[in-house]
Amino acid sequence: MTLQSLDIKRRSATTTPSPQARQTPEIAKLIDVSACTGCKACQSACMEWNDLRPEIGHNAGRLDNPADLSDAAWTVVRFTETERNGRLEWLIRKSGCMHCSDPGCLKSCPSPGAIVQYKNGIVDFQQENCIGCGYCVTGCPFNVPRVSPRDDKAYKCTLCSDRVAVNLAPACAKACPTGAIRFGAKEDMKAHAETRVAELKERGYSQAGLYDPPGVGGTHVMYVLHHADQPESYGGLPANPSISPLVELWKGVAKPLATLALAGVALGSLFHYVTKGPNEVSKEIEDEIEREDREAVK
Amino acid sequence: MTNHWVDIGNADVVLVMGGNAAEAHPVGFKWVIEAKQRNKAKLIVVDPRFTRSASVADIYAPIRTGTDIAFLGGVINYLLDKDKIQHEYVKAYTDFSFLVDDGYDFENGLFSGYDAEKRGYDKKTWNYVKGEDGYVKTDPTLQNPRCVYRLMKRHYSRYTPEMVEKICGTPREAFLKVCETMASTATPDRAMTILYALGWTQHSQGSQIIRAGAMVQLLLGNIGIAGGGVNALRGHSNIQGLTDLGLMSNLLPGYMTLPGDKETDYAAYIARRAPRPMRPNQLSYWQNYEKFHVSLMKAWFGDAATKANDWAFDYLPKLDTLHDVLRVFEDMYQGKMTGYFCQGFNPLASFPNKAKLGAALAKLKYLVVIDPLSTETSEFWKNFGEFNDVDPAKIQTTVFRLPSTCFAEEDGSLVNSGRWLQWHWKGAEPPGEARGDAAIMAGIFLRLRDKYRKEGGAFPDPILNLTWPYRDPHDPAPDEVAREYNGKALADLADPKDGKIFRKAGEQLDSFAQLRADGSTSCGCWIFSGAWTQAGNQMARRDNSDPWGHGQTLNWAWAWPVNRRILYNRASADPAGRPFNPEKKQIWWNGSAWTGTDVPDFAAGSDPADGMGPFIMNPEGVARFFAREMMAEGPFPEHYEPFETPIGVNPMNTNPRALNNPAARVFRGDMEVFGTARDFPYAATTYRLTEHFHYWTKHVRINAILQPEQFVEIGEDLASEKGIATGDRVKVRSNRGYIKAVAVVTKRIKALTVNGQKVHHVGIPIHWGFTGVARQGFLSNTLTPFVGDANTQTPEFKSFLVNIEKLQERS
Repeated sequence: MTLQSLDIKRRSATTTPSPQARQTPEIAKLIDVSACTGCKACQSACMEWNDLRPEIGHNAGRLDNPADLSDAAWTVVRFTETERNGRLEWLIRKSGCMHCSDPGCLKSCPSPGAIVQYKNGIVDFQQENCIGCGYCVTGCPFNVPRVSPRDDKAYKCTLCSDRVAVNLAPACAKACPTGAIRFGAKEDMKAHAETRVAELKERGYSQAGLYDPPGVGGTHVMYVLHHADQPESYGGLPANPSISPLVELWKGVAKPLATLALAGVALGSLFHYVTKGPNEVSKEIEDEIEREDREAVK
Repeated sequence: MTNHWVDIGNADVVLVMGGNAAEAHPVGFKWVIEAKQRNKAKLIVVDPRFTRSASVADIYAPIRTGTDIAFLGGVINYLLDKDKIQHEYVKAYTDFSFLVDDGYDFENGLFSGYDAEKRGYDKKTWNYVKGEDGYVKTDPTLQNPRCVYRLMKRHYSRYTPEMVEKICGTPREAFLKVCETMASTATPDRAMTILYALGWTQHSQGSQIIRAGAMVQLLLGNIGIAGGGVNALRGHSNIQGLTDLGLMSNLLPGYMTLPGDKETDYAAYIARRAPRPMRPNQLSYWQNYEKFHVSLMKAWFGDAATKANDWAFDYLPKLDTLHDVLRVFEDMYQGKMTGYFCQGFNPLASFPNKAKLGAALAKLKYLVVIDPLSTETSEFWKNFGEFNDVDPAKIQTTVFRLPSTCFAEEDGSLVNSGRWLQWHWKGAEPPGEARGDAAIMAGIFLRLRDKYRKEGGAFPDPILNLTWPYRDPHDPAPDEVAREYNGKALADLADPKDGKIFRKAGEQLDSFAQLRADGSTSCGCWIFSGAWTQAGNQMARRDNSDPWGHGQTLNWAWAWPVNRRILYNRASADPAGRPFNPEKKQIWWNGSAWTGTDVPDFAAGSDPADGMGPFIMNPEGVARFFAREMMAEGPFPEHYEPFETPIGVNPMNTNPRALNNPAARVFRGDMEVFGTARDFPYAATTYRLTEHFHYWTKHVRINAILQPEQFVEIGEDLASEKGIATGDRVKVRSNRGYIKAVAVVTKRIKALTVNGQKVHHVGIPIHWGFTGVARQGFLSNTLTPFVGDANTQTPEFKSFLVNIEKLQERS
């Protein structure tokens, strides 16, 4: 199920055109690692809002619990102890889906509409269309999606698309007590990040910076890092994430078909405009376009 | 807190010591982040462990557990030695210039007047010199060697950075960096706040640690100002309310005190608590004690409290000794108790030496547990394998479990750490047979009263005459109780100046300033007076406007006393009444009265020229560095080793009697089960984790998911010495028992070099037990020693000795 209040920008394995009428600003969640105390209120709020209850696990010799992301743990705080120039640092990062502008999961997904990208930037999984192939897992440069052993569907953070659709901040941002998680227009978040980075530099973190990796077209979950030159030290945040070559290969095979589909869409639109004008769509034309689309995908 | 949560955002330096605010107070900690981002504040964390608070700190200094006085004594020495003090402040607002009795002395670890037999002091020399006029003699030039300043300087000159390093294990460089940063707030335009919690209180000298922190703040002129103060972050949402209402064995509501068993004369009882000013022109506000006391007795006993019977003075129990929880469990253990009521309290988990507690409970005839949860205490008789290995057949105690509501299922007020009384409304109906605590207590009381009425008994008067004016006697409502603690007029009250009636009989009072000692007012807790006035429930106010931009939201809820947000705020202005820091001014003299951004903590019409001091609750009118006879172990905080010390000596002295707190109470049998470093070489400390709240949230699935299984933390150094890898199961033993848990091996706990030897710490989170939905675990208080602070008897949970070994088993 998609949300009618959110326009879709892209849909996995689909070539129907995206809606254009509404002006949707891009949003982003900004996680300021330097203000995070690892209290896990974000994990708690995520479980509450999304009705998730992973198993009561074990302690594996670390404070991270649940120990990793799962079908029922969409965000996990990762704790890393490092020593730099004799100074101990305890780097604490809330991990989860980054909501890439160029989402590897969506690109690699073969099932129509199992993964959508909203115009606001949220990448969302639609479990009723998911066939459980796990390609999204391969496609993700951040190792985020998890296929559930319960129902063979892939799950991950939705950025609370249901909340965002009605102008509420994601549950984690709402619950964060220190203001380490902020949510708003991506432009505003970048501007706020600048002030945070400047303050960190003033405090002696010369490599402080914003993590908004260009390899995936930027993300809609961004981090303020004290050591932006070493993102790997924050529980394995990739330095230069990009979509796996396997996905590119998959796309290479699919490309001629996609082109054909696009041409069909364009022809259909033109025919539609010439014969009926811009505001009415006849049943026949709709059917015709849909048929063409289906053939293009096959 | 002298200040309040929002005010932390005004600080320029934040010291987190004796607590772990980020973890134990994650929501309030937002104000620390706010101070960092808004004021570029520096955050200092001093702790044996590199905590989550330390993870966002600018400066972290490690310290051996239980040595905070040595550290703070070192800071005091640094500030005095480098002359980094707020001169105008200390000269005018503290006892710097007061002269001390010639007999007062300190020698090799002991103050004058020690009695080793009694483990206590004859404190008569711990006092000031008084002149013929009855006032304390002072030397404003501070040259007299017997003035408090000189005595203090001499006392703390022994706490050199080398000595600090030797006792605390804090590297000299880190210590000096902390001192330097703190000292930056000695100027009037900068403020430091101290945030502490149970990491300071739960020691055999906890009260003195807090005093030492307060002394640092006084030297820096940081008390009474925005962004300053000594701020106790309380461990429960309403534990401030508990102390305010006097739920301690020796207290009455509003920090009034019960009489001792020798205090049989009412007038003498009052006189002792209403001290005359010790210096000219001082207010000594406790002189009003009788007004508060009589109003309390009227609230409790109504018409039965009369002038003729000294306002029912004989109804009050007279204390033979302090009946703190440790004493109560000692008495229970000795078989001196028949029954025990345990309300909202899980002592088997929350108090030291679980084996002794369990044995004590087994000697009771009956135990009543009033709680929303199935606590370990209520199941102490049940066998839970290794976690609670008892034989139920041998325990004859009858346990009554009365399910009560939790805070979200009832209306009422909570008092937060910042003394705000905030009204809250129930979010859900209680489940099953659960009833509110007031209804449960009413049920017990009404039955008891009925029995006394029918059968008589020894001195039934206090029970038969207790006021019980509630709409439904079986269920006193929160609003009725709130009106009662606010207080009301019992007769028409006239203004003595013009004779005009300002409150008619039956009307709610505006503040404790209206209380009278003639029986014409009643008030259940004088400091709460003003919370529910004739204008209604002030605690329910929700206007968060902040006209001065200092977070001083005077129309949000209500703070005691009289809606004042920062205590001692008179000290934020110089002696002439001008704010020390015009940027963050609190109150000032406008030529005819005191006014400001806060409710003045002062006599509103007292002209600065009259020289009244800002510390109006003290008969001195100023703050005390020298505590006189008020503390058990001495007028100045002095370092003593924890009762279980990993080094076995006190580097501050060579006196075997002054190894540990010489005035701490130790029961027979408990001394014998203290461990020594030979068998238990590692310093241990217990603490809370952010994922859990005490022993409650292990009953909650989400919290259990976030931190499912009991663990202990050890450093990499100790782990490699013991062959322990992270995730291994280990057994941790003290001389009182053992627990088993997962080992978390971390870089965040480092071995410290103390007195020439290496000291390792073992960190022991407290949250597991044998009831609830989290994985079953051992009560960590199986390990802790049965000894408390010499003044408050708060147990020494933070410093004791253990040994640790690797287990072969898997969880």
